[in-house]
Amino acid sequence: GLPSVAFHLCGSSQDLNEDLKQMLESSKDSAKLDAMKRIVGMIAKGKNASELFPAVVKNVASKNIEIKKLVYVYLMRYAEEQQDLALLSISTFQRALKDPNQLIRASALRVLSSIRVPIIVPIMMLAIKEASSDLSPYVRKNAAHAIQKLYSLDPDQKEMLIEVIEKLLKDRSTLVAGSVVMAFEEVCPDRIDLIHKNYRKLCNLLVDVEEWGQVVIIHMLTRYARTQFVSPWKVMVDEYSENNFYESDEEQKEKDQKLKTTYTMDPDHRLLLRNTKPLLQSRNAAVVMAVAQLYWHLAPKSEAGIVSKSLVRLLRSNREVQYIVLQNIATMSIQRKGMFEPYLKSFYVRSTDPTMIKTLKLEILTNLANEANISTLLREFQTYVKSQDKQFAAATIQAIGRCATNITEVTDTCLNGLVCLLSNRDEIVVAESVVVIKKLLQTQPAHHGEIIKHMAKLLDNITVPVARASILWLIGEYCERVPKIAPDVLRKTAKSFTNEDDLVKLQILNLGAKLYLTNSKQTKLLTQYVLNLGKYDQSYDIRDRTRFIRQLIVPNEKSGALSKYAKKIFLAQKPAPLLESPFKDRDHFQLGTLSHTLNSRATGYLELSDWPEVAPDPSVRNVDVAKEWTGILGKPKKEKPTEKFYSESEEEEDESASTSSSGKCLESTAFSLPGKLCLQNCLVHK
Amino acid sequence: MIHSLFLINCSGDIFLEKHWKSVVSQSVCDYFFEAQEKAIDVENVPPVISTPHHYLISIYRDKIFFVSVIQTEVPPLFVIEFLHRVADTFQDYFGECSETAIKDNVVIVYELLEEMLDNGFPLATESNILKELIKPPTILRSVVNSITGSSNVGDTLPTGQLSNIPWRRAGVKYTNNEAYFDVIEEIDAIIDKSGSTVFAEIQGVIDSCIKLSGMPDLSLSFMNPRLLDDVSFHPCIRFKRWESERVLSFIPPDGNFRLISYRVSSQNLVAIPVYVKHMISFKENTSSGRFDVTIGPKQNMGKTVEGVVMTVHMPKAVLNMNLTATQGSYTFDPVTKVLTWDVGKITPQKLPNLKGIVNLQSGAPKPEENPSLNIQFKIQQLAISGLKVNRLDMYGEKYKPFKGSSFVSDGEQEPKSLSSQNFT
Repeated sequence: GLPSVAFHLCGSSQDLNEDLKQMLESSKDSAKLDAMKRIVGMIAKGKNASELFPAVVKNVASKNIEIKKLVYVYLMRYAEEQQDLALLSISTFQRALKDPNQLIRASALRVLSSIRVPIIVPIMMLAIKEASSDLSPYVRKNAAHAIQKLYSLDPDQKEMLIEVIEKLLKDRSTLVAGSVVMAFEEVCPDRIDLIHKNYRKLCNLLVDVEEWGQVVIIHMLTRYARTQFVSPWKVMVDEYSENNFYESDEEQKEKDQKLKTTYTMDPDHRLLLRNTKPLLQSRNAAVVMAVAQLYWHLAPKSEAGIVSKSLVRLLRSNREVQYIVLQNIATMSIQRKGMFEPYLKSFYVRSTDPTMIKTLKLEILTNLANEANISTLLREFQTYVKSQDKQFAAATIQAIGRCATNITEVTDTCLNGLVCLLSNRDEIVVAESVVVIKKLLQTQPAHHGEIIKHMAKLLDNITVPVARASILWLIGEYCERVPKIAPDVLRKTAKSFTNEDDLVKLQILNLGAKLYLTNSKQTKLLTQYVLNLGKYDQSYDIRDRTRFIRQLIVPNEKSGALSKYAKKIFLAQKPAPLLESPFKDRDHFQLGTLSHTLNSRATGYLELSDWPEVAPDPSVRNVDVAKEWTGILGKPKKEKPTEKFYSESEEEEDESASTSSSGKCLESTAFSLPGKLCLQNCLVHK
Repeated sequence: MIHSLFLINCSGDIFLEKHWKSVVSQSVCDYFFEAQEKAIDVENVPPVISTPHHYLISIYRDKIFFVSVIQTEVPPLFVIEFLHRVADTFQDYFGECSETAIKDNVVIVYELLEEMLDNGFPLATESNILKELIKPPTILRSVVNSITGSSNVGDTLPTGQLSNIPWRRAGVKYTNNEAYFDVIEEIDAIIDKSGSTVFAEIQGVIDSCIKLSGMPDLSLSFMNPRLLDDVSFHPCIRFKRWESERVLSFIPPDGNFRLISYRVSSQNLVAIPVYVKHMISFKENTSSGRFDVTIGPKQNMGKTVEGVVMTVHMPKAVLNMNLTATQGSYTFDPVTKVLTWDVGKITPQKLPNLKGIVNLQSGAPKPEENPSLNIQFKIQQLAISGLKVNRLDMYGEKYKPFKGSSFVSDGEQEPKSLSSQNFT
């Protein structure tokens, strides 16, 4: 029976745990290691292994390095749940923090700070402080990571942690830079003042920092620059005047005059742009994107174009990278078409692209469409409409609609093309075309009686509700242009009323009402029939609408003054729908961020401020050279890692040119060595 | 940054989880499964998903979803790039990045993940450093380990991480010092019905295998560096030397790595080395059609075109295909409707041809669009862009290395139908 099975299962896991406990208590390392491996396997699968805590924690001081590591893994997973027992391990770590070996010190700090036990907060704080002045940059890097961990465990430590951050920001090691900026961003992103003195150093170190650190530093510096420098854009305002529509022209002109005479870029602003540019050639897509967003938000508009080529390169990468990059290009291409026009063909859709990539490329192609390239694009779009991927075909029809409204030269061509699609065999294509044609006709209803007639005929065959509803709405709206057909359509739909979708029923009611107002002689009875059907419909929406319409169009003693205006209400000039990109205005989120991708503010998103009208004092970034000197000389030799390994650049601007950089030495000696060999025999080894 | 990671296989089992901060329940993956269900296929699962308390950023690699849990704002590419790096590392360690390989090596996987990320921020992602920290599994080692109880974890401490050359481990020694460079180029072209090229570009990479002792400092120069229009570098390459002299100067990582990837500017006209003759037609009102395709070489400087594979995504209405190939073999998958023809080498004397009958579902309308053909091929010892290596010099060490380079051109062509014309 069931109970015994359950008991058995329970027993077996008990047995297993007993086995493991025995192995952990064995005197042989191999048994212990085996047990730990099995436990880690359990953790990896998400099984609960917390019961073994006492047995595992005893091995924290094991001499065997792998056992020790696996015990660490276990501790980080379960210490939070077993706080009292976890305390047993603390002294081991405290001892390890004093170890002469830097890697042991670092790993002790890592584990200690990962054990989420509030009672050890003071111990952690002390350890972080000590580690932040450790001689080894690797330990200091780990200290920077520990800052965030302690902060999330106990936010009350904020002030003390900021002191540590301030100290580590001064660190000259490339190893530390990324990690401490990360800590800065999480703990005190508003303390911009801490960056001033380190700004130039960070700019100069940037090329040599590891990739992940580069991303974090670039994002932080983008935010910083927007608070410290004045806008380089106003000067170029003539080219991009559309961005300033909210300011009156005269005001703008006056401003321009003033700015044109006074604007020169702050050398620090220029330093940042110059030092990030080579990173566009990084193999890491996140770094390239970070630089691209920096140029978008900080560079003069004439310079931002240099990022396009690199972004297009990223389109060769995997689909996830493509997805994010294309989203960002979509946002950019709305505002500054010129940036991506030369790469138009790179956005052509491939039949093997996933639908989400296809749709994004289509979006960008639509944004880039102009008088010059529209005919090529429309030809390309025609291929897309035939795609077997119907969702994409439908999106293409929408795109054609957008091109038609944006570029007046091709409106008629597009409209004709769409009308041709009405005879397409695929219903989804036809339905989508109807919807788009409806929108287009609304923007210019001049003389399109023929198209409306054509669509009325389609009504007999089309079954997709949105399309049927769109046709009915069109006929109702322009019933005076098709006086013969409209009443007949009403007659037909009155017959099929009960079998229609709710969406269509509403439009039949609308059509009836409009005809009743314009041509009551022919349609009075039909309309009343439809209204009666609507009165007893199952959907309360439709019953509601029926009641509303009847009161408005059929005057009786109860209906108030409104019915006099019924015609004005129903047949008012309606504004045409705007066909615009879903990426419009998305750049109020910093590009490259999660918030931009989701188009909604993510938790912890840091707002990019507007440029200040007047630049704050630039001298805050000046570094006291003399003081730095003694600081550097005062440090022991070990403290000078081989910085500036391959960036011989820009040192003249930084006082650090004076620090001996052994990387440079190595290179210059290298040149004198012989050993040049020609590569003549090209060997194939593949 | 990255809170937790879940590995999920195609049937929706979560087979590994790892948390870097406090534990996030597996149930968060339900949001992912929901999105997966909505998507038509795995390729269309959105990489970024928003849930009430978390954000999920995922990649799909080798039939595994790597789903990471994020709590606060982070550049999505940062996470995506990192997840791919994790998958690369598994590939590097286990030879394949599969569910079985990960499950079999779960302890090493855990140790790797522990080293790669600290508190959600990448710590060590360079393969050279990781291999010093955690040795990759080998059969011999696992046997020895199980007998002696010794471990996979390196007992010497990695030096790379502590230096400014984080990609190279210290104390490398080889008896035969060798350096190989593979130049692999790929043409990517869209060709219309009349055979004219709508779009073509060359993408290339130089993959290196460097086995040199000590701290060699290499510089590689090209005969025609101007060809390289847009280059991205491994972090070991010195930007400034490239910018001023167009020389690749670097201290290489030990072992295999990708040195650069590049694109050849579109101004340099690309000659496409194969052509296709095709005739695909469907008759109205019958449930069959004809299929006839011939592939031939052109302008390839006397080199053989090999490894030719053609794939065609046939229209949905196709039931099966009855074809005869004069060369190679073909398969048709009736579920995915993909026709694959493995041609092999092209000999100009006898051009490979594939022809026969296409059977359609009875009653189904005639497909309105002809399928596009994708053709892949390889040409050995030829860089299609004409890129030539000039010389490789080594400084900093005194031995004479053995140097080699090879060139392979890969092609990927996607001809497709344009406007009213029926086929490309």
